[in-house]
Amino acid sequence: MDDIVIKAENLCLTFETNDGPVHALKDVDLTIDKGEFVSFIGPSGCGKTTFLRVLADLETPTGGTVCVNGMTPREARRKRAYGFVFQAAGLYPWRTISGNIKLPLEIMGIPRAEQKQLVEEVLDLVHLSGFENKFPWQLSGGMQQRASIARALAFHADILLMDEPFGALDEIVRDHLNEQLLELWAKTNKTIGFVTHSIPEAVYLSTKIVVMSPRPGRVTEVIESTLPKERPLDIRESPEFLDLAHRVREGLRAGHEDDA
Amino acid sequence: MTLILAALVVWAIGWGLNIWISHQKPGRWQSIVSAIIFGITLVIMWELIVRGSGISPVILPPPSMIINAFATSTDILAADFIQTFMKGVLTGYAMGCAAAFLTALAIDRSDFLKRGLLPIGNFVAALPIIGMAPILVMWFGFDWHSKAAVVVIMIFFPILINTVQGLDAADKMQKDLMRTYAASYWQSLFKLRLPAAAPFIFNGLKIASTLALIGAIVAEFFGSPIVGMGFRISTGAGRLELDLVWAEIVVAAVAGSAFYGIVALIERKATFWHPSQRK
Repeated sequence: MDDIVIKAENLCLTFETNDGPVHALKDVDLTIDKGEFVSFIGPSGCGKTTFLRVLADLETPTGGTVCVNGMTPREARRKRAYGFVFQAAGLYPWRTISGNIKLPLEIMGIPRAEQKQLVEEVLDLVHLSGFENKFPWQLSGGMQQRASIARALAFHADILLMDEPFGALDEIVRDHLNEQLLELWAKTNKTIGFVTHSIPEAVYLSTKIVVMSPRPGRVTEVIESTLPKERPLDIRESPEFLDLAHRVREGLRAGHEDDA
Repeated sequence: MTLILAALVVWAIGWGLNIWISHQKPGRWQSIVSAIIFGITLVIMWELIVRGSGISPVILPPPSMIINAFATSTDILAADFIQTFMKGVLTGYAMGCAAAFLTALAIDRSDFLKRGLLPIGNFVAALPIIGMAPILVMWFGFDWHSKAAVVVIMIFFPILINTVQGLDAADKMQKDLMRTYAASYWQSLFKLRLPAAAPFIFNGLKIASTLALIGAIVAEFFGSPIVGMGFRISTGAGRLELDLVWAEIVVAAVAGSAFYGIVALIERKATFWHPSQRK
């Protein structure tokens, strides 16, 4: 099929530690289609972040295969197929906001005039226009994280990988950013992989929720969302939403039970 | 006795003046003015006490004698300053910084060097390198070249160790970010690791700026042409021309502070983003 963006088969990753091998991922099978918003949810140690890092070629799997855009993750990384948003904004304090967003563009050798235009475009997308000459430490945590999303969007990769991007922010800011993220996803039609440990966040954002469980890290359930693409914040009080959240919670609990 | 009483009076006046200033409306001028008053009070008391208690000028000349020596031997002091500071210190500083910086880059790239050279570097940095000065004078001759060589080996390891440490300062996430952009070694060096290392490198440069002057002056004790700050200090002390020795020390103090101040000022401009420099 043409529109499969990410395909993992029997993916395994074992870390060798002083306390013996740790199975961070075991026999993970997953396909993600183009334009999907996929959340990975599970307790810590379930390998959700590791899976995202394997897709980004920041970790090397010890078994199985994984394809990103029909290539190995390494080739995909070299072709700059994805933008990655980390848990912390990680902006460079010696660069202004626009300087930070230009960073990947400079590395990729994009002409200066085009850089300026791309920066303006993504700053507008994350509602940070007017802050381009500020330094990161002059901005709030939420604004910094928005700038780091802008940085990941600037070079127009089709895939956006986000590793608990809003984990460190308070609930009000998080709601706001979730809403903006959906709006951005609708506008850009990117494929998004999103790691979280918040059930409402996963249900609100996703078209597909991947429930994972630890020791060894594996996928226990994949839930397809039945919610419409248009999602106002108050959809979170609808019976459909609560039903989905309930299924995710049951899935997480089931994963814990076979652990015990 | 009256002079010593006068010294006490001057001290009381200076104290009173500073108390008065500290009760005025706060502003930037206060700290500067009160520091100047403190300095002037100290110099006047030095003059009065040395004269009043009849201390031999060989032990401690009064400030007026030092100022006099300064005025009558400006040409000697200027020649010494050029010989020691402009030629010895600055040349050695530039060469030592460049050599240490490039070695740090090499150590950072090669694990072999990191394991082999860095422990030696740490060891040498702890040695009193100034003890090498007589040997270097033998090797490089009496002129400023041997002084520059002493400066190079004195500042090499502090800068090396600080730079290597600084190149490690970028955190893992920021390095991962560079990896997701498929950045080359040089791109990630120039765009991430060197800026992140700057606060460490400047720390090394500041330490080196004070070491450099010490090294050049002490090296001259072991042989030099008949010019130079270290030469003047050692021969001046031998001839009991202590006023000239003190004038030379004043020059060294001013030059050393100015050198350090300039490096600190550049640091402030270059690492304005660092929490320790933000306003």
